[in-house]
Amino acid sequence: MGDRSRLCSVWLGSETGILKGVSLSRKQAFNFCNTSHLSRDQEVRALCWGDAAESELLVGCVDATVKTFSVEKGAFTESRRCGDPAEGCFSGLAALGGGALVTCAESGVLRVWREEGGDEPVTQLDAGKNVCRMRQSPTNPNKVATGGKENGLKIWDLQRPEQPAFSAKNLRDDWLDLRRPYWVRDMAFIPDSDKVVTCTGYHQVHVFDPSSPQKRPVLEAEYGEYPLTALSLTPDGTAVAVGNTQGHIALLDLRKGVVRGCLKGLAGGVRGLQCHASQPLVASCGLDRFLRIHSLEDRKLQHKVYLKSRLNCLLLASQDLQEGGATSGEAESEVKEEEDEGDDVWDAMERVEERQKRKTTEDKDTRKKRKKAQD
Amino acid sequence: MDITEVSTSQDGKGKKGKKAKKKSAEVDGEGSAVEEKKMVKSELAVAFPPTFSVSEIKNKQRRHFMFMKLKQEKRKQKMQLRKKRRKEREALGDKAPPKEVPKTIENQRVYDETTVDPEDEEIAFDEGTDEFSAYFNGLTNPKVLITTSDRPRGRTVRFCEQLATVIPNAHVYYRRGLALKRIIPQCVARNFTYLMVINEDRQVPNGMVLCHLPNGPTAHFKVSSVRLRKEMKRRGKNPTEHYPEVILNNFTTRLGHTIGRLFAALFPQEPHFVGRQVATFHNQRDFIFFRFHRYIFKNEKKVGIQELGPRFTLKLRSLQKGTFDSKYGEYEWVMKRHEMEACRRKFQL
Repeated sequence: MGDRSRLCSVWLGSETGILKGVSLSRKQAFNFCNTSHLSRDQEVRALCWGDAAESELLVGCVDATVKTFSVEKGAFTESRRCGDPAEGCFSGLAALGGGALVTCAESGVLRVWREEGGDEPVTQLDAGKNVCRMRQSPTNPNKVATGGKENGLKIWDLQRPEQPAFSAKNLRDDWLDLRRPYWVRDMAFIPDSDKVVTCTGYHQVHVFDPSSPQKRPVLEAEYGEYPLTALSLTPDGTAVAVGNTQGHIALLDLRKGVVRGCLKGLAGGVRGLQCHASQPLVASCGLDRFLRIHSLEDRKLQHKVYLKSRLNCLLLASQDLQEGGATSGEAESEVKEEEDEGDDVWDAMERVEERQKRKTTEDKDTRKKRKKAQD
Repeated sequence: MDITEVSTSQDGKGKKGKKAKKKSAEVDGEGSAVEEKKMVKSELAVAFPPTFSVSEIKNKQRRHFMFMKLKQEKRKQKMQLRKKRRKEREALGDKAPPKEVPKTIENQRVYDETTVDPEDEEIAFDEGTDEFSAYFNGLTNPKVLITTSDRPRGRTVRFCEQLATVIPNAHVYYRRGLALKRIIPQCVARNFTYLMVINEDRQVPNGMVLCHLPNGPTAHFKVSSVRLRKEMKRRGKNPTEHYPEVILNNFTTRLGHTIGRLFAALFPQEPHFVGRQVATFHNQRDFIFFRFHRYIFKNEKKVGIQELGPRFTLKLRSLQKGTFDSKYGEYEWVMKRHEMEACRRKFQL
């Protein structure tokens, strides 16, 4: 089991309660569960890495347990109960340093659990009803964002759980003076700034900026006409990939809010979407039971893996997806060399082109002048 | 000009000739360079044997006559070839090579990785615990509500009535302008397991929403070539109240399995064999053909069937998780025409 799990670079949680690992370099998929105890109670709703080294996976199930999966051993090592199944299933799961973890249920109960703390949560706060998603900031692990149906974006500082650090205001009333409905489905923290981008069930993408006094979105964009369910930032943070319930994925530019391009090939609604941390790749999974990996550069489908169950969530390892762990370094260095060579060639060509351009422009000018003179 | 015509006759295509003519007409004034090109062309024409093309004949009557002759000749050749082959086969007797299987787009089908393996544990578990499991475990009996879009006209009304005779325990209700989302909770409260909505356009039924209750899924079909009982030739007497048997053909992929289960759960589980009635859902190239027959065993070898009607064809448009919610519901599968139908040999069901 350990050999197999170490190969995997993509992890998926399915509706049947099976944790799936996919190795793209070997084009293989593995199931990690004991098949005799399959049940829908173990449906995986949330996945996250347990530590920075990505040796442990935290799996949030519908029956309000969080299981720890060791990638080294390839087996579930620990299972602990976090909350009550009656509070709804997990809408978010995140790890704090030192074995502590943050869980958020759909009813809006956000709890922080310490490893030795036993059954009692360390802190508990109420994020409002119908929370659809809770996400942790990649830079500051104590900062989490929540949002849901008729429950605006709230950013919490877990050290000061009494008040949200930022809570968004609803959109301005429309031109008929009617209240605009509000439904945050997913959010992400934009790196190198305080900004947060959200997607809504009313097919909008909003960017909020807590550092500015404005509590309404600073950017508003729309895509399609179906609810957006998942969102992921590209590695450079200038664009965002959003997916909707009909299986359309688009890349939206965050500077102007226009569509950069669409990713094709999906048959059913998107449930999970994640861009790779360093490579220009985006992985998507959803109700059509496929894991698809697209390239962000030419937006072509790179991999397509059939995984037999409806997929709820998705997690990418930060290592190189296509290669195995050992060979990745070599491949990168090779690529770099090639790039250098390419640059040299292009530099040389640019100079020549510039000269030519000048000449041609000059020629045109002179022609024009001549024409004028003739006239 | 003559030279250009020669070149066309060797091409066998009218277009090139015309272009050449135009060019020559345009560039006539410029002179020598063009003429050289023409010379090159004529040399090429000499290199190839001249071929005769019927479309070159300018007289319409004659062209028609020649064309008919050509056709007849071709036909003759074909028949001769066939005879020859048959004779060879007969001469070889048992040693004859096996006949070639004709290529169809079904047997050239692109491999589908979602094809269900009956021994797969995971899929068996998934199917065993899905929304239809209550029916397949014998816990619920189907009860179907059939309704239409608003203000149905004659044909759709009759279609619904005839569907209700095919599906046991079906109730036809007038829509009364009600919203589907408001009907569904009432249906669930009255223990209906299916809601079937026939949509109509220009007095012709053209769509069907089949919603499994209480918690989905919902399938949306296109309905075409509906033939009601009255319009059918050699049909039998009206069907009886007996529960029919159900035949589901060719639902092989994972999506096909779900659709097959959706149809199977429409009928009660234990058919009355006394009624000798069969409802068939036959999937071919993603079109689902519905037929309703009565059979009889004439002797040990012969079976007679008699169609009872109605007949119609369905094509899946989308499969949605949960009960009907076209705006905010999550779709498990959506037909995307230009993406999915780009390959004619790829089938979804």
